Amino acid sequence: MSTQSSRATARLMVAPSVVLLFIWMIVPLILTVWFSFRIYRLLSPERNGWAGFRNYTWFFNSPDFWLGINNTLLLVGGVLAITIVFGVLIALLIDQPVWGQGPLRILVISPFFIMPPVAASIWENLFMHPQNGLLAAGAVGMGIKPILFLESYPMASVIFIVAWEWLPFATLILLTALQSLSSEQLEAAEMDGASSLSRFRYITLPHLTRAITVVILIQTIFLLGIFGEIFTTTQGGPGSASTTLPYMIYKQALIAKDIGRAAAGGIIAVILANIVAFFLMRSMGKHLDA
Amino acid sequence: MGKIVLKSVRKSFGEVHVIPSVDLTIENGEFVVFVGPSGCGKSTLLRLIAGLEDTSSGIIEIDGKDATMLPPAKRGLAMVFQSYALYPHMTVRKNIMFPLKMAGMDLAEATRKADAAAKVLNLTSYMERKPGQLSGGQRQRVAIGRAIVREPAAFLFDEPLSNLDAALRGNMRLEITELHQTLKTTMIYVTHDQVEAMTMADKIVVLQAGNIEQVGSPLDLYNHPANAFVAGFIGSPRMNLLEGADAQAMGATTIGVRPEHLDISSTAGKWTGKVSVAELLGSDTFLHVNVEGHGSMTVRGGGEINLRHGDTVYLTPQAGKVHRFGADGKNMA
Ligand SMILES: Nc1ncnc2c1ncn2[C@@H]1O[C@H](COP(=O)(O)OP(=O)(O)OP(=O)(O)O)[C@@H](O)[C@H]1O
Ligand SMILES: [Mg+2]
Repeated sequence: MSTQSSRATARLMVAPSVVLLFIWMIVPLILTVWFSFRIYRLLSPERNGWAGFRNYTWFFNSPDFWLGINNTLLLVGGVLAITIVFGVLIALLIDQPVWGQGPLRILVISPFFIMPPVAASIWENLFMHPQNGLLAAGAVGMGIKPILFLESYPMASVIFIVAWEWLPFATLILLTALQSLSSEQLEAAEMDGASSLSRFRYITLPHLTRAITVVILIQTIFLLGIFGEIFTTTQGGPGSASTTLPYMIYKQALIAKDIGRAAAGGIIAVILANIVAFFLMRSMGKHLDA
Repeated sequence: MGKIVLKSVRKSFGEVHVIPSVDLTIENGEFVVFVGPSGCGKSTLLRLIAGLEDTSSGIIEIDGKDATMLPPAKRGLAMVFQSYALYPHMTVRKNIMFPLKMAGMDLAEATRKADAAAKVLNLTSYMERKPGQLSGGQRQRVAIGRAIVREPAAFLFDEPLSNLDAALRGNMRLEITELHQTLKTTMIYVTHDQVEAMTMADKIVVLQAGNIEQVGSPLDLYNHPANAFVAGFIGSPRMNLLEGADAQAMGATTIGVRPEHLDISSTAGKWTGKVSVAELLGSDTFLHVNVEGHGSMTVRGGGEINLRHGDTVYLTPQAGKVHRFGADGKNMA
């Protein structure tokens, strides 16, 4: 696409899909903005009239709001940190030529195919359950009091479950990046006297930056909206210890049945996502260029 | 110092015996070229010396010390790879300084050495660029720069020029030869380019299927090939190898005559043939002649020869220039 006419043709050709995508995005957004300024409660007869900024101020004044924002960011940050650190380590491990490499890789990838609520239930009931869980059984076996994971450390437990689900994704992307690293570069570094740690630090890690950036960007998009795992396990509790912004919106929409407030929460979530995206692109966008 | 001795070195990949057994001595300061057909084990042998592959058995000595079990970094050798293997995210300067940094040299000293190397290699104005912004020849020079700053006991080159175009290859060939003359360090150079082997080497090692066929100076190999394989491999265009009655008349199974050792006549000679292709190079003319009873032979004549497709020519080998090979392929002289 170098000549002017080919560029013009290209624009013309992609125009319909761009227009369609724009409508696809803008209509729900405008509707949400519209509702967020309306009084619209399903449980009360007053469904008309403008709320002004009251739906928004309700959120900002809600005692859970800043906790929710905090928890949302904690969830995103925690899961990113775990999946990237362990993703790199596991990718390095299963990149080694070992017996049964094929099945091993499928096993490593498989958690990604499990639906979020199912994964959360498995962890809640089979592992973290204080009476029936495997971890509790292990603790009892060693004579320690079982830890009440979801009660005592709700946020950490949720982060762990979500990280477990997303680790395969990070591993897969990082593994393919690792496989594209030329062995000659590593051999050259080896001859240059680099220890295996230095080879990782100066050759492998820089080679992985783009893949890590992709993992961070994609995962952030999905992690900002994590809901199912919290709904299945802690229900945002105990109290509101593990409430996140999406969970607050859910409570407004489906428990309080206040569409106006839920819409305002949705707009706040969109703004939060944009702030996060802005900082991510600022700090990491350059790694995406070839 | 850089004397390298290989003693009965063997290498197998599983069931594949790539190097059956190699004995070789490379003297300090020598420029040794490994040549041989593709897949004969040149790269493998070089990687064994570098320590990037483990030997299956045998001993590799560097400067009189057993280095068979030493890791690559401890052998004091530097390698230039065919694909250059530069670090793409580092600038040229950082690439060249990387081995020094790994050796823990202080920054000022390392910078001084990198600048000196860059000056020798004409890289001074590219120091802040990344490898992706360099031409093939410049990348090659960076790879060499990264090798020379370490002041290694020996340089190992694996087909370093094969990705370059003909003109650049000629230049780099000269530069590497000059570098060898200045540094006087041992160099081992893998190539399958005739010209590189003949012009650069102090000593050529001809390999076939992992075995050393002959070791000697370029002219040695040209004048006294040990066997029919070396005879056919060294020299360009290839030596004509003939069998049958003509060979038996000289008491050999095969006889060989180089294209430049055949006299051309339009009236009489030992062999009669018709020109199939005449390649006019200006300075020389290569004639491909269909000789009765022998098939195609190559003849090298002067640039002024005016023969074309279909012309009849008579060929006579020059006295004393015919190589005779026995049934085992060995030179009978
Ligand atoms: N890791 C390996 N596993 C199995 N066989 C190998 C391996 N590396 C090389 N070989 C085999 O060893 C033989 C020699 O390979 P090598 O790369 O040394 O050839 P070469 O002489 O350098 O050829 P070229 O001129 O094409 O580079 C080849 O037949 C190759 O298939
Ligand atoms: Mg090779």
